[in-house]
Amino acid sequence: MAATTLYDKIWNAHVVSTEPDGTCLIYIDRHLVHEVTSAQAFEGLRNANRKVRRPELTLAVVDHNIPTTDRSKGIDDPESKLQVTTLRDNTSEFGVEYYNELDERQGIVHIIGPEQGFTLPGTTVVCGDSHTATHGAFGALAHGIGTSEVEHVLASQTLVQNKSKNMLVQVNGKLAAGVTAKDITLAIIGETGTAGGTGHVIEYSGDAIRSLSMEGRMTLCNMAIEGGARAGLVAPDETTFAYLKGRPKSPTGADWDAAVAYWKTLKSDEGAHFDKILTLDASKIQPVVTWGTSPEDVLPITASVPDPMSFENEQKQASAKRALEYMGLTPGTALTDIPIDKVFIGSCTNGRIEDLREVARIAGGKKVADGVHAMVVPGSGLVKKQAEQEGIADVLLEAGFEWREPGCSMCLGMNPDRLEPGERCASTSNRNFEGRQGHGGRTHLVSPAMAAAAAVTGRLTDVRTLG
Amino acid sequence: MKAMKELTGVAAALRMINIDTDMIIPKQYLKTIVRSGLGKGLFHALRYDDNGNDRDDFVLNQEAYKNSKILIGGDNFGCGSSREHAAWALDDFGIKCVIAPSFSDIFYNNAFKNGMLLIRLPEDQVEDLMRQAEYGSNAQFSIDLEAQTVTTPDGNTHSFDIDPHRKHCLLNGLDEIALTLDKGEAIDGFEARQQQAHAWLTPAT
Repeated sequence: MAATTLYDKIWNAHVVSTEPDGTCLIYIDRHLVHEVTSAQAFEGLRNANRKVRRPELTLAVVDHNIPTTDRSKGIDDPESKLQVTTLRDNTSEFGVEYYNELDERQGIVHIIGPEQGFTLPGTTVVCGDSHTATHGAFGALAHGIGTSEVEHVLASQTLVQNKSKNMLVQVNGKLAAGVTAKDITLAIIGETGTAGGTGHVIEYSGDAIRSLSMEGRMTLCNMAIEGGARAGLVAPDETTFAYLKGRPKSPTGADWDAAVAYWKTLKSDEGAHFDKILTLDASKIQPVVTWGTSPEDVLPITASVPDPMSFENEQKQASAKRALEYMGLTPGTALTDIPIDKVFIGSCTNGRIEDLREVARIAGGKKVADGVHAMVVPGSGLVKKQAEQEGIADVLLEAGFEWREPGCSMCLGMNPDRLEPGERCASTSNRNFEGRQGHGGRTHLVSPAMAAAAAVTGRLTDVRTLG
Repeated sequence: MKAMKELTGVAAALRMINIDTDMIIPKQYLKTIVRSGLGKGLFHALRYDDNGNDRDDFVLNQEAYKNSKILIGGDNFGCGSSREHAAWALDDFGIKCVIAPSFSDIFYNNAFKNGMLLIRLPEDQVEDLMRQAEYGSNAQFSIDLEAQTVTTPDGNTHSFDIDPHRKHCLLNGLDEIALTLDKGEAIDGFEARQQQAHAWLTPAT
């Protein structure tokens, strides 16, 4: 039999039917739903008098719109409130399990899926959210979909799909101190550009990837979409199994044993064909920061703001010039000389326990710099509880960080957490687009360690230079 | 879904690469629970100044382009968030076709599900189209989906590729969910086989 990739294997195991032109109907094992992209889908079902085919395969949670302050008093913004109550009503009407904003299990959709053991290796996972790529860390084929496709999955538990191409990103060697999964994923996008993965599913491999924790692998795969790939994958291994064992929705007993036996077969064969291959030396990756308004605008923290004229073509020069105007930066400025106003730690990229431990390790015993507002938003209620039990919350509060309730928060500012025009933020989130964190807001994407370092110095900082 | 066979109209050129879906429709418009009415928020930050007035320098605000049916953009159009609101906003404004060298995968899917046509053309051809789009409101472009061609005001014809399934659905305005539900037996069969092979897939409740 021909050698196949991990992506080929999962795809082949989910083909329901194939059209003469190669378009396939693919079965979906796990569907996650949140309030922003689902209302119109449920409405569509209702209008067509359709049911949810298998409600137990969909899990719903509220995350984008909710305030991260005390929620027992309800939501002030009437539109946000309507979207949240609409999800509550829709899940109740269609029989879908739902975690509301007061449920301890509530959190960002891509954090709670793995946390509950809902996300499993070898499954197909979709959600009306581009960062669904996160779940690929488990060796699940996971990608974002639009609302019409959410409706399609609810009604049929399938999607009409064309197969993507295979791309391999190998990161070999050992990471240097102070360099994290966030730096790897940004460094990859810096190499490929934001369209480098378009039409492809990326498999990440190499010993630097293998040595990452599940949290790190989730950070890595989360940003596959920022490189244009619909999905990122890491083959499951003992680290994956150890993370999943005993989770509320993980298989148990004989089912667990059967699952692990199957999961162990999920890897690319020797000699499998990849349409594109990128190889990076882990030891050469440095802590990085974005300077512009696209995730590909990334440089090591030791670099300076680039000159737009240094880019290869007119379009890129125009794009860089516009980005620097928006960001209020001058070419030649050392990145470490850029002062910041705010720090945001959280999001589906970096809102997990390991991220918060890292922030506490860097900022512990220090103080948030004068004039800087630093906010920590745990990715879920369970992450928050664990961080409080481990004493992380106390360390961060003592250092002057705000400690919030879980949600998407200032990653996209649909709730009250956002940047004001001109404010500059070191952020552990995933997008630095114009206006993403608030109209006129300026975002520098960094790792949790780098965000913590920026919080205590008041400027973009090389975490390796902090004592 | 609405059917589309041919389209004739003015095209607006937006000379930017990486036009992301946050730019097409920003967060404040995502709180809606309906699909309609998003045209007013299309390209909000590019289109309006801080007081909410039209920016004269934005192409869709200019008299010649207010009724554009076609938008021509740079590489990687529609990157970023999966929000289908981006397609709904373009459609509600009146844009039925976007032409660019490349599109993000999710946006590409979303647009077709809403009866819009996205056309990928090589960069030099897109550049030629942008140049002709700048002739103004008398410059009409014609698109023939059956023949898979774009004809420019100068009379040049460019052929484009589209996969047969998307073309078929768009030409006939087919409801994809109804088509899939017609394959209920195949889905039942798949589920039975999967349950047999991988009982662990049923989540604990």
